[in-house]
Amino acid sequence: MTPNLTSNMTSRPYREHSTESLLSPAERGVMGVLGLAALTLSLRGNALERLLLGAVGVGLAGMAATGTNPLATALKIRQNEEGDTLVSDAITIGQPPEQLYAIWRDLTNLPLLMRHLKAVELLDERRSRWTVPGPVGDVSWEAELTADEPGRRIAWRSLPGASIQNSGEVLFLPAPGDRGTEIRVNLAYHAPGGTTGAVIARLTGQEPSQQLRDDLLRFKREQELGFAPTTQGQSSGRAAQNGHYRQAQDHAPRTAGEAGRNA
Amino acid sequence: MKAVVWQHTNKMGVERVPDPTLLLSTDAIVRVTSTAICGSDLHLLDGYIPGMERGDIVGHEFMGEVVEVGRDVRRVRVGDRVVVPFNLACGVCDPCRRGLFSACDNSNPAPNARTVEALYGAMSPSGLFGYTHLFGGYAGGQAQFVRVPFADVGCFKIESDLRDEQVLFLTDIFPTGYQAAEQCGIVPGRDVVAVFGAGPVGQFAARSALMLGAAHVIVVDRVPERLSMAEAAGCQTINYEKEDVLVALRDATGGRGPDHVIDAVGLEAHGHGPGALLDTAEQKMRMSFDRITAVRWAILSCAKGGTVSMAGVYAGLVDKFPLGAAFGKGLVFRMGQTHTHRYVIPLLERIEAGQIDPSFVITHRASLDEAPELYKTFRDKKDGCIKVVLDPWGQPGQVHKV
Ligand SMILES: [Zn+2]
Ligand SMILES: [Zn+2]
Repeated sequence: MTPNLTSNMTSRPYREHSTESLLSPAERGVMGVLGLAALTLSLRGNALERLLLGAVGVGLAGMAATGTNPLATALKIRQNEEGDTLVSDAITIGQPPEQLYAIWRDLTNLPLLMRHLKAVELLDERRSRWTVPGPVGDVSWEAELTADEPGRRIAWRSLPGASIQNSGEVLFLPAPGDRGTEIRVNLAYHAPGGTTGAVIARLTGQEPSQQLRDDLLRFKREQELGFAPTTQGQSSGRAAQNGHYRQAQDHAPRTAGEAGRNA
Repeated sequence: MKAVVWQHTNKMGVERVPDPTLLLSTDAIVRVTSTAICGSDLHLLDGYIPGMERGDIVGHEFMGEVVEVGRDVRRVRVGDRVVVPFNLACGVCDPCRRGLFSACDNSNPAPNARTVEALYGAMSPSGLFGYTHLFGGYAGGQAQFVRVPFADVGCFKIESDLRDEQVLFLTDIFPTGYQAAEQCGIVPGRDVVAVFGAGPVGQFAARSALMLGAAHVIVVDRVPERLSMAEAAGCQTINYEKEDVLVALRDATGGRGPDHVIDAVGLEAHGHGPGALLDTAEQKMRMSFDRITAVRWAILSCAKGGTVSMAGVYAGLVDKFPLGAAFGKGLVFRMGQTHTHRYVIPLLERIEAGQIDPSFVITHRASLDEAPELYKTFRDKKDGCIKVVLDPWGQPGQVHKV
């Protein structure tokens, strides 16, 4: 992290005021379009997502300029011929494939790995019942294992009659060198609302590819560190409103020897 | 406790906030004895770094005494005097094992990391203390107490009787300047190094280049007291407001250009020319996060086969980048957030051996209460301000100029 040498913007006012005239009408037009696209998108979402959406806005405008149909492409939403939405992702984890396979193979662990799952109950050797919380109560369906290659691959699909038709597989591949395992997850599901639904879900952060990425990142952290790093519950100027506010005596510094500090 | 918090763009405040607590068994709590304002904190003040929230505790250069440890902390004990690198590293992931601590895979919590990945097209770099939620939003150290996650990896014990001010900058600006010089691959006694930016990192980069044997170091800035500080270290200086910097660098190097150019400026560069003006316009419209004048000058001035070493912080996409010149001269680019953990011990040894006393860079000392005022003094380069050290326990109402 570096100090910048000359961030004093006020000391060169004539440049500040002369900048706009340097832009040709064409340049301003392009920038205006870009700005509008970025702005429109970045009005949604929290502070974190604004940056990402701003970048997506720029990407959108760029794609529009090249004549491609931008939205689903820019958001990388993929579908197969049956209209199922496809989601896949991969991550490298510094643990051996057998160990990671064993954790996934115990399907009752899955709610720990995939946060949007509420429960997975085993019905028999091949069949299980999956439950997710929905906007109007829990949604459940039955699934069956379609492949189980120890240390290498697990695949499943929902049984006919499932409220959310879906299927998936997890691959465990040895990573080159001493880097552990490359995990690849492929999911297919029938999104309520089709592509539009998927786009809206993506923009509001509820879309499975985002959930999958978070799940994989958390899994990597759990497996490499044994815990998930967090800032939940840390001190801030916002916490005062939440009630657990403690007054410190700033002129009576506490030292290591002083008793009474607790976590 | 008292802490400096980000309130909104152009407004830092000192507020009463809850004391930090252990959130995980690998955390420690440090009672902060000294902390500093960094140039990259100014990007937060100026609002160029997205992902800040009102009430965030800022500050990433701090040291102090361990007052509490979680049950899984092994290497650090209550009572230890420690310095804490500004970036958080887990110590076990592949980048950490390779010494690339600022590229740690795991220290940025999952949803934040996923957001950054979308922007970077790669896994997120490490979390940072007192910085944007894009990089974890970990509460910072401009406070009376701070929570230090990954305490075994992030706390470095200071066992000699060096003063705080001699070791505090091991947390950021000294390693940052040193890494910028080290990654030039300086050939001792032969290579000429130019440093753009004579702020704290530029000062350490220049002195590190000299420690690493550079035949000659040229420092470029426009602020007289910064240039004087560089001259005191034995550097030639160029005031880019008084001279054409590209001509001056060429003249100073027999027409070759510097063998290596260090950018110690980052995304808020000023400068001349249409590129600089367009950068400013785009940044004001929030179309761009970066003004890259220093990088352009670095590329254009660098000698054939030279290194452009970037320590300055950049946030997003850039254009008007002189790629043809870089290609034509066969330049090497080295850049990135400092792998601070890698340098703490070797640089501490240099301090203990008397090769450098990092406190040379300090111009102002104050209590935490003066932080908001000194942020502005520092940003506006008023009162000869180059580096501010804050005492979280000091009496309010006193600013000491060195
Ligand atoms: Zn810094
Ligand atoms: Zn790591």
